[in-house]
Amino acid sequence: MNNLINFLTAGILAAAPLLFGVLGETLTEKSGNLNLGVEGMMFMGGIAGILGPYYYEKAGGTNPYVALIIALVCALLCAGLGALIFSVLTITLRANQNVTGLALTMFGTGFGNYFGEAAGHADPSGFLSVSTAVKGVFNNPIFPDAMVNIPLIGKLLFSHNFMVYLAILLALALAYFLGRTRTGLNLRAVGESPATADAAGINVTKYKYLATCLGGAMTGLGGLYLVMNAGAGVGGAWVHNCINGYGWLAVALVIFAVWSPKRALWCSLIFGGLACMRYYYPISFIPASIYDIVPYIVTAVVLVAVSLKHNRSNQPPESLGLSYFREER
Amino acid sequence: MQPVNAVELRNVTKTFGSVVANNNVSLEIRKGEILSLLGENGSGKTTLMNMLAGIYFPDSGQILVDGEEVAIRSPKDSFDLKIGMIHQHFKLVDVFTAAENIVLGLKEKGKFDRKAISQQIRDISAKYGFDLDPDRKIYDMAVSEKQTVEIIKVLYRGADILILDEPTAVLTPQETEKLFSVLRNMKADGKSIVIITHKLNEVMAISDRVAVLRKGEYIATVETKDTNPQALTDMMVGRAVTLNIDRPLPEDPKDRLEVKGLTCLDDQGVKVLSNVSFTARGGEILGVAGIAGSGQRELCEAIAGLYPVSQGEILYHSRVDDEIDSLVGKSPMEIRDLGISLAFVPEDRLGMGLVGSMGMTGNMMLKSYDKGGHFFTDTKPPKTLAQEIKDKLEVVTPSINTPVRKLSGGNVQKVLVGREIASAPAVLMAAYPVRGLDINSSYTIYRLLNEQKAKGVAVIYVGEDLDVLLELCDRILVLCGGQVSGIADGRTVTKEEVGLMMTHIGEEGSHD
Amino acid sequence: MTEKHHIQKEPLVRMAKREGLSQGKKWAIRLGAIVLALAVGSLFIAVLGHNPIAVYRDILSGSLGGASARRATIRVAIPLLGAALAIAPAFKMKFWNIGAEGQIMMGGIAATYFALFWYDKLPKPALLLVMAVASIVAGGIWGLIPAFFKARWGTNETLFTLMLNYIALGIESYLQNGPWKDPKGTGFPIIAMFDQNARLPKVFGVHIGWIIVLALTIGMFVYMKYSKHGYEIAVVGESQRTARYAGMNVAKIIMRTMALSGAIAGLMGFLVVSGADYTLNTGTSGGVGFTAIIVAWLAQLNPFAMVLIAGLLAVLTKGSNTIQTNFKIPASAADVLSSIILFFMLGCEFFINYRLIFRGSKHNQVPTTAGTQEKKEGEDHE
Repeated sequence: MNNLINFLTAGILAAAPLLFGVLGETLTEKSGNLNLGVEGMMFMGGIAGILGPYYYEKAGGTNPYVALIIALVCALLCAGLGALIFSVLTITLRANQNVTGLALTMFGTGFGNYFGEAAGHADPSGFLSVSTAVKGVFNNPIFPDAMVNIPLIGKLLFSHNFMVYLAILLALALAYFLGRTRTGLNLRAVGESPATADAAGINVTKYKYLATCLGGAMTGLGGLYLVMNAGAGVGGAWVHNCINGYGWLAVALVIFAVWSPKRALWCSLIFGGLACMRYYYPISFIPASIYDIVPYIVTAVVLVAVSLKHNRSNQPPESLGLSYFREER
Repeated sequence: MQPVNAVELRNVTKTFGSVVANNNVSLEIRKGEILSLLGENGSGKTTLMNMLAGIYFPDSGQILVDGEEVAIRSPKDSFDLKIGMIHQHFKLVDVFTAAENIVLGLKEKGKFDRKAISQQIRDISAKYGFDLDPDRKIYDMAVSEKQTVEIIKVLYRGADILILDEPTAVLTPQETEKLFSVLRNMKADGKSIVIITHKLNEVMAISDRVAVLRKGEYIATVETKDTNPQALTDMMVGRAVTLNIDRPLPEDPKDRLEVKGLTCLDDQGVKVLSNVSFTARGGEILGVAGIAGSGQRELCEAIAGLYPVSQGEILYHSRVDDEIDSLVGKSPMEIRDLGISLAFVPEDRLGMGLVGSMGMTGNMMLKSYDKGGHFFTDTKPPKTLAQEIKDKLEVVTPSINTPVRKLSGGNVQKVLVGREIASAPAVLMAAYPVRGLDINSSYTIYRLLNEQKAKGVAVIYVGEDLDVLLELCDRILVLCGGQVSGIADGRTVTKEEVGLMMTHIGEEGSHD
Repeated sequence: MTEKHHIQKEPLVRMAKREGLSQGKKWAIRLGAIVLALAVGSLFIAVLGHNPIAVYRDILSGSLGGASARRATIRVAIPLLGAALAIAPAFKMKFWNIGAEGQIMMGGIAATYFALFWYDKLPKPALLLVMAVASIVAGGIWGLIPAFFKARWGTNETLFTLMLNYIALGIESYLQNGPWKDPKGTGFPIIAMFDQNARLPKVFGVHIGWIIVLALTIGMFVYMKYSKHGYEIAVVGESQRTARYAGMNVAKIIMRTMALSGAIAGLMGFLVVSGADYTLNTGTSGGVGFTAIIVAWLAQLNPFAMVLIAGLLAVLTKGSNTIQTNFKIPASAADVLSSIILFFMLGCEFFINYRLIFRGSKHNQVPTTAGTQEKKEGEDHE
């Protein structure tokens, strides 16, 4: 029983970065933009999110909460910058979304590793990391011990760091935004049929830019989480190639969750669980390196399963991946 | 004193690349009138109105609304000026409900109250005599319902000037009559209405005045009561034309294609064709009429082997001997080799019949590239054929290697029909071959079809313009909801009878 | 209508299609984009406090200065060009194969199997041939899997091929840590170096892979341009409906093309393990599968242009190793630089296809009415 609770808790911790990625990409794709650069934007969010507090501390800053704010802002801005590059290229300059997304992934990966290593070289320790206090604010539970210690549910529900709850709130907020507000309705129309949205007086370009950049920024939080979180990621230090495919899993999960933020909640939980199952339920005859690729195998299976099922209201945004140009004929 | 016009266009010009869509056009729309904007396909009517709707921006010229000069740079500007346009291709989001589509893009403060919105929509419907469920999804709706959504959408936004682009193209005569009565209600309510059309009878029936465009140029505006169809036609095409299409009597018709009890299901399992039976004869043009989406396309594709058949038979009677082949289960390649040719599906001209990025030569190869046993393609015959078609059908193109997507609609059509006829078919299916063409090009196509008929080819002509069907075809098969509602003699049946069959099953035409 | 903004006449800037730009001008725009990209890249270098000119100079001298540097650069370029050639037919078909990385790895794994366990059973030419065939088959299968699901059910190939990359990497990692671990590796999980018998011979100091990929370049050009298969690929890429209408078996074409694409990528795996590394490790693909996408796209899928672009990126990659030594600039700089170049190349296509019209500028062309009358109205399929 304890093992199960520990496993589920770890699963939740591992799910949060995916959830950030899925939500960001869902918002992006709802505008009709297919940004395959999530992996790259996570790298950008991750490196900026650690470099910010790192330099803050180097400059003599000691308040971990200020460091936290700096980390969040840096991660959002840097990943948003990646999304902005994508937006300029695909929305304004109408470049192919697939290739641009791949280029962004490559750029972000290089960008993260480049600055991560460079800052590491420059540090006397040869390693880029933040202080224990900063690690603490990213990893400690936000609820009092009394709640964490409630039998059974305490650990499961109240033992997490603030980013886990932030991710869940974000999912609910996004679900409300898309389903219940005029702006959300307009955004969905842009993704479904930009010509219709345009004719209805919606500024398609503005919506696409905003959704893509905000979505990209959100995925950056996933990168930050992976860099800062001890359970699912590295734990406050930069490690070469630390995002390790999480961004791509997030892109695949968007399909699995059929573009619904609420379904994204439990879809990412399943994958979070898969990612850490090996440590709680080792299977003797499956070698570790094979166990490690289970999430990828499951993703492939899910992709096939989703393609088998056709349902009118569970389809991707109709014009996903296409550029829109009003005067073209 | 002259009352202020609702809208005035002064010397408006719009070009697309090297193509001039509107050249120096001036036009006025009065308050509380129904104005017909008449012109052939391609005369620039839609482009002109799109500039009022904020879709296009004029290269030069002025637009005045209520007597004041304005710049309409986006659809939003257009709404602010109380102009609403109902496009020919509906601009609706399929997965949204009617209500969601209607309020789309509106910037209203306060709570997003779906119930209140639905009620408002019901009120508007009641006021003008529409029938609409605001909470139904668009993908569940028939074409006429979608049009209703579009009209309510602009009314909901408080439009005083409504522009309807070919509103009757997708409607049955009965639905058209209903639409016209709604429009008259609106006019009585003080609204200005512009109808873009090329159908003379509708112009005469509904409008107060008629403005005529020809090849992007403004010709004139006349009072409807002072004119007649012949005069309008002369203005529209620039010279007197005979409205008659040639229809020689079939010579020695022989059964060529026999369809028996054909039933097809779509990928959702819905019957798109149900128990369809008919015979197409060599030396005859068989027309296929029906409201858009009644199964015309599926019928053609099923015969060509491109659509799965769940029940029934398609039998082909050979030209050379008395052999009868069953087509069901044969691959498109095998069917084609028998001499059955699906010519054009222009609703998807470049999406199906042709490869847009290739030149004429590449497109000539489309159905014959596989001939010969080599690994490599043989480009000589297609090159010769492309040159022949270019010369014979007068295709306007810089070179036979220019990507066909850069050609105009009529030229694209000529490339397609030229290739199909060149394969010397036994059965020629032509779906909407003149859609989007001007009168000259249309007549070229009719002439080519008649030539094929004279050669003993069984021609199946799927059309949407009843006038053409009634003048061109020997027999007319009418489809309604995937079923055959009748097969009529093209020489004796009336337009009203065909219109009725398009909406009702069981009203048999004169079977022959 | 008293609002001011209605008075303003025209949007600040509008776009219009342009056609008939000469080839020379097109390439001038592209060249300009590369120069701009290098300028932006130098900003990156300057941020780290280095002199961009010195760094670019060292990139050049480190990759092209001296025979051994040139040979090393060519070794980098070989799999890059090969993988780009592999990707080309898939991309032409609009099948977004981003799985070359995994296909290379699977090819490498298959070749390594024979190198490790058959090296003393076959004479050298036969062994190398068997290794090559094995890598072709393995890569081909790895390309065929996503194609099968795509053809059958329309499964998203971008993500599927990507997942297969991770799976291939996992398989390699398993072999390296388990069954194929070198007992003489003093505890490190590595795979033994290949026997001389399993190593590719050299011509002019570089393994014969360079001859193979150059032959493939010509072959691919001819295949895409003159063969029936190439024609089919072009039609399927344009519109599957048209392809079906023409009687093509679309599923078969997708699977055949992807098997070919995977097979060529797999062969590159063989060239890497047998020609360059003489062993298999997690870095055997080393991002080549991704960089090759850049090469293929920048070359507009033209095989001959790929030779140039692959050469350019190989110079960047090899040169970045030099600057890592000389300036302690991380080797990831090559990724950053090449993706910046890609960004600029992607962006510059816009200026080849469209022109901007600024408010107030006179651009009135000579009006031609040819074709006007037949232009279909309302035909805005955006």
